[in-house]
This record gives sequence, structure tokens and C-alpha cells, in this order.
Amino acid sequence: MKRWIPLLVFAVLVGFFAKGLFLNPREVPSPFIGKPAPAFSLPLVAIGNTEANAAFSPADMKGKVWLLNVWAPWCVSCRQEHPVLMGLAQSQPVPIVGLNWKDKDREAAQLLAQHGSPYAFVPDDLSGKVGIDYGVTGTPETYVIDKDGIIRMKHIGPIGPEVWKEKFEPKLKELGT
Amino acid sequence: MKSLLITLFLAFSAPAWAGEATPNAEDPVIEQRMINLAEDLRCLVCQNESLAGSHAELAEDLRREIREQMKAGKDDKQVVAYLTERYGDFVLYRPPFKPVTYLLWLGPLLFLGLGLSVWFLTLKRRRALKDVPLDEKKIAAAAQLLDEK
Repeated sequence: MKRWIPLLVFAVLVGFFAKGLFLNPREVPSPFIGKPAPAFSLPLVAIGNTEANAAFSPADMKGKVWLLNVWAPWCVSCRQEHPVLMGLAQSQPVPIVGLNWKDKDREAAQLLAQHGSPYAFVPDDLSGKVGIDYGVTGTPETYVIDKDGIIRMKHIGPIGPEVWKEKFEPKLKELGT
Repeated sequence: MKSLLITLFLAFSAPAWAGEATPNAEDPVIEQRMINLAEDLRCLVCQNESLAGSHAELAEDLRREIREQMKAGKDDKQVVAYLTERYGDFVLYRPPFKPVTYLLWLGPLLFLGLGLSVWFLTLKRRRALKDVPLDEKKIAAAAQLLDEK
């Protein structure tokens, strides 16, 4: 019996390391889940038929389940995510709000005009302060916000078809959309 | 070969530019306070760097935010609370002592206790061993074995 103890300890350690190896360190648990989405009011990027100088605030979305997608024109994986969002804007009813984060080069309007916009609104967070208020660490990140303005889920990284099916669809169903 | 050398040089030169946040001459007292605090905070982008040492843009923004809040008269605790509200305990290099972190903080003591008890038991067992008296024959055999070689 005694001779097996080192092997047992070794096996337990290997178990911990194996688990640790497959955890994603980017998936930082968000302290916002179950809490109200922080309030803000930002000017909108002009896309399609938005009026100039119009503002957006999360309170405008009360009564709707919606997605807050934090993106930026300079962000490479946002480009990768863009066609998926375009498809989602067509195929499902949940509106997507695209927070334009730290767009110093002011490219968002042109980019969305060129490639199409999956967004219902594009609030313009030039200083990045609203992003910080939402605990954004890097783009893209997507929040699911319910009818009462409570954050119910956060996804870090681009949304792909599988992520949408496995993570978003069940959550949205649960929220009654 | 050449590219390997270049890679190596680059790898070892990294610490040269990964210096501290550039001091802001505007208010050295606040700057020092900010750096002291930021050294114990994790950069959310390059997770193994501190907020003080990171060159990530988000780290720069957060340092600016800390600076502004300190200028507005907030103490270190309030600034840390501002960050943990947004980024969770993950941003702290020294996580708080609370039920989920009990094992983290007390684990080393637990292992020390385990080691001490193994040590103690071993000593006790060794003391319990009795001397086995040797007869002449065995002593002679031992002497012969020692003399060999």
C-alpha cells in the first residue's frame, strides 16, 4: 500500500495540471453577471439612417433583450466576427448594439458603410471609459442584457456559429426571446 | 542560424524596454502612489504583468484613471474598490481573505502541518526501534565486510 502513495500524489498533481492546462485564462469571470448594466450616454456613430448628434443610453433598450457587442475598427478578431454578426442581425430578432471602443482613427462609420452594419445602434466610446465601466479587457466582448437591464451573460472573444449555438441560444431562450 | 541568434537577442532584450510606467512630472507624489498601487494590480491584457509595468493600452488607460481618482482625493482602498467592481478580484495580485480563498491562503500552513506530522511520526517510530545485541560472530563478520575492498 505504502509504495503507491507517491504515485497517487503524482496522479493528483497531474490531474490538477491537466485541468489548469485546458482552462482559458482570458475567460475572466465578470463581476457584472446578475447586476444592472452600467448607465451611460454616448453619441452615435452615423450609420444608415441615424440622425447626427443622436445619443444612446442602455435605458433606451428597457423592455428588450439585447446584445452589447464591444468592438473596434482596429480589432482583427472583430473583422472575423463581423460576418457572423451580419448573419445574426438577419436571422434572429435580438438587437445588437455595437459599442465602438477607442476608435481614435475615426474609422467606424466608413468601415460599416463599406462592409455593412449588423448593429441597431453604434455608441461611440472614444475615451474608452464606458468600456472600462463594463470591465472590458479586450475586443470583442459581448454582453447579454435582459428586459430589466440586468447583465445575464458575458462572452469574451469573437462569436462563432458554435459559440452562438451553445452559449447564446440557450441563454436567450431562457430570457424569453 | 542568424535568425535564431536574432530571436535570442530579442528574447533577452525584452526586459530592457519593459520598464516602469513613465513617471509623470506633473505630480510626483500622486505618480509614486499610483505606481505603488499599480504594482500590486494585474494588467488585464498581459496577465502576468503588473498594471505598473504593462505597456498595453488598457493598462495606460487604467493608470490614467487611477491617477485621476487619486487627484480627486480618493484613497487607495476606494481606487481598488473601483477596479474590483469592474474586473473582479482577478485584478488583485493579493486576493482578499474570504471563504473561496481560504484554501489559497491557508494551504501552505496545511502542508507545513502535514510535513511536520510526518516528520514527528518518523522520529517517534525511529526512537521505538530497539538496539539488537550482536554476538561475537556477527561483529567479526561486520568487521570483515568493512575491511574488504
